[in-house]
Amino acid sequence: MRVYLDHNATSPLRDEVVEAMIRVLRGIHGNPSSAHEEGRAARAAVDRARAAVAALIGVQSDDVLFTAGATEANNTALLGLLGRCSGAAGHLVTSAAEHPSVEAPLEALERAGWRVTRVGVDSEGLLDPAQIEAAIEPETALVSILWANNETGVLQPMERIATLARERGIPIHADATQAVGKIPIDLREIPVDLLSLSAHKFNGPKGVGCLIARGDLAFESILRGGPQERGRRGGTENVAAIVGLGVACDLAQRELPDRMRDYAGLRDRLWEGIQAKIPGVRRNGSADRVLPNTLNVEFDGAAGELLLQALDVEGIAVSSGAACHSGSIEPSRVLIAMGRSPEEARGSLRFSVGCGNDTEQIDCALSLLPDRVASARQAVSA
Amino acid sequence: MSADQRPIGEVERTNEKRERVVAALSGGVDSSVAAALLVREGREVIGVTLNLAGGASRCCSLSDADDARRVADHLGIRFYVANYAERFRAEVIRPFADDYLSGRTPIPCVACNSRFKFDYLLERARVFGADRVATGHYAQVDVDPDTGRLRLRCAVDRQKDQTYFLFELGQQQLAAVEFPLGKLEKEAVRAQARELGLTTADKPESQEICFVPDGDYASAVERICPDALPGEGEIVDREGQVLGLHPGIHHFTVGQRRGLGLSAERPLYVAGLDAKRNRVVVGAAEDLHAKGARLERVSWVSGVVPDRAVRATVRVRHRHVGASASIDPRSDGQAVVSFDEPVRSVAPGQAAVFYSGDIVLGGGWIAESL
Repeated sequence: MRVYLDHNATSPLRDEVVEAMIRVLRGIHGNPSSAHEEGRAARAAVDRARAAVAALIGVQSDDVLFTAGATEANNTALLGLLGRCSGAAGHLVTSAAEHPSVEAPLEALERAGWRVTRVGVDSEGLLDPAQIEAAIEPETALVSILWANNETGVLQPMERIATLARERGIPIHADATQAVGKIPIDLREIPVDLLSLSAHKFNGPKGVGCLIARGDLAFESILRGGPQERGRRGGTENVAAIVGLGVACDLAQRELPDRMRDYAGLRDRLWEGIQAKIPGVRRNGSADRVLPNTLNVEFDGAAGELLLQALDVEGIAVSSGAACHSGSIEPSRVLIAMGRSPEEARGSLRFSVGCGNDTEQIDCALSLLPDRVASARQAVSA
Repeated sequence: MSADQRPIGEVERTNEKRERVVAALSGGVDSSVAAALLVREGREVIGVTLNLAGGASRCCSLSDADDARRVADHLGIRFYVANYAERFRAEVIRPFADDYLSGRTPIPCVACNSRFKFDYLLERARVFGADRVATGHYAQVDVDPDTGRLRLRCAVDRQKDQTYFLFELGQQQLAAVEFPLGKLEKEAVRAQARELGLTTADKPESQEICFVPDGDYASAVERICPDALPGEGEIVDREGQVLGLHPGIHHFTVGQRRGLGLSAERPLYVAGLDAKRNRVVVGAAEDLHAKGARLERVSWVSGVVPDRAVRATVRVRHRHVGASASIDPRSDGQAVVSFDEPVRSVAPGQAAVFYSGDIVLGGGWIAESL
């Protein structure tokens, strides 16, 4: 039996998503920009998906800009500034625990003369809104904050951060890639201007996501081409994937309260079992302000890389740090930002539950973990 | 999927009670075939690639890991990368440079083999619930019928034999290692690789030390230890007469003729390296001959130190055919080797490995030639 506990890396497609995508792949071949019937059918499918995303997030359909995933959405939100501010390098505020798809474009902006203030997180992984406020300068053009951390699941106080940015007239970008589909996000209540999301983190297909850009916020396209997406993103739409994203949003909207309860139940069962069975463990990140599905645990004296591999041999899929770090031995930047030592960070594993997991699987993982952890702790060379 | 399209290991994967073994996969032909042979036996094989160089060199880099990953996928076995780049730097690359700067001629492959490919990999294997590690080395292990102890023996293909690099393996390690290629000729291995459709079948073999792919050891030492270089020094003859200057002793190894920049009536060779005085000592061809060698960190494959002198064939370099000698074990893991006939270019830092026929008795590190 395989027990997949790595839903923050990617999640399996729901049957409803697969079926909707197959209907498009088989039956709708038109280009949404075409004026004929085939084109109209494709355009209608894309627009229905757009409405589903808008309904889930609490925005207007016109605010939804489809991209090839959250990395493109984050790049568009950040690098779009370069053009918008017509070369006059300014200042940005972000956190010290961002995803590489935000951090890397920020580094590119720094090379172009922008100044970036990275506000630190506390030992629980949380930002202090007062520190964000203090970091804002007259030239600050954008505040960009990861809503839910991919490694720890920690949720930032986005409502307060967004409100204080709004009060100062500064646009705010929220990378909500891990949050959407796992917690309620309603931009009618939280004044976020730009928001990135990705379908495959909540049972949709890979390679499709959105940048939500509200109102009249102007930015330069980073993919220049045809007039698709109201001129904000060139390239023929990936219709089947977009439809898959729309269905994933429909499902999330319908199931969110159940999901949150179920995920939290499984996650808490796992954490309680780990604490009861394994000495020398510590949870990384806040236990209260966290995604319902995520558990990041430090196993004192065990190498996370080795533990991950040993668990995989036994049929349990987990992650050490972010999936993008595989093959590199750098300790997690996020855990380091929380004040963990490199050794503590290397000894940490991320468990993320999701659709398809049940208590039997959690108990299976719990029956194997203590022995693998003890064994990994004896391996001094790893 | 029809049976002939199925990855080789997949049929067996349903079988629950197969003995689990970790196969070291480098991405090259030898380790690929070794793993494939185990899969064919019906074993549950887990492929592991050691990432030793952290992408900095050709061997054991992440691109080799990609080759190894493709091989594992082809064989239908699990695959992992084990990151040991930091340890490799500390335990192999740095000591390699330190050896050159101390006037020795190191062979980093021994430490790499005995520690990384056996000790560390075996430790990882045990965490995976596997008791054994298999590699693509050309060597054999069998049981001594008289003592019941395990023996390390040369490969059937003596041209490919790698026992010189494996002499530090002891009984515990031999009990846990497998060398599936030990009984095969290299050509048979290549044929197996082609038959298995392994894309690595015609990949060129690595010859040089993996982290010095261009064979320029002096430049490598300068890269590794830029702050510890001794600088220019004197070239002297055996009487201490200064004959010229050299750019640093790490450019030289005992027996070397090239690069001295001396004009003399007869050919001059490096006869010794004096790190303390930063001197290269040169001599004629006959000055290179040693009657013996003092060894340190001597190990015996049987785990039993002989209580009197032992007759053996001693190899002082990988490609050395071997010389008849007596080995006199001393205390503190030392030994003195006395060759029957003088042996040329016995270089401190190399290993002296003792053979009785095709059986490896043990070996030690050359501290000085005598």
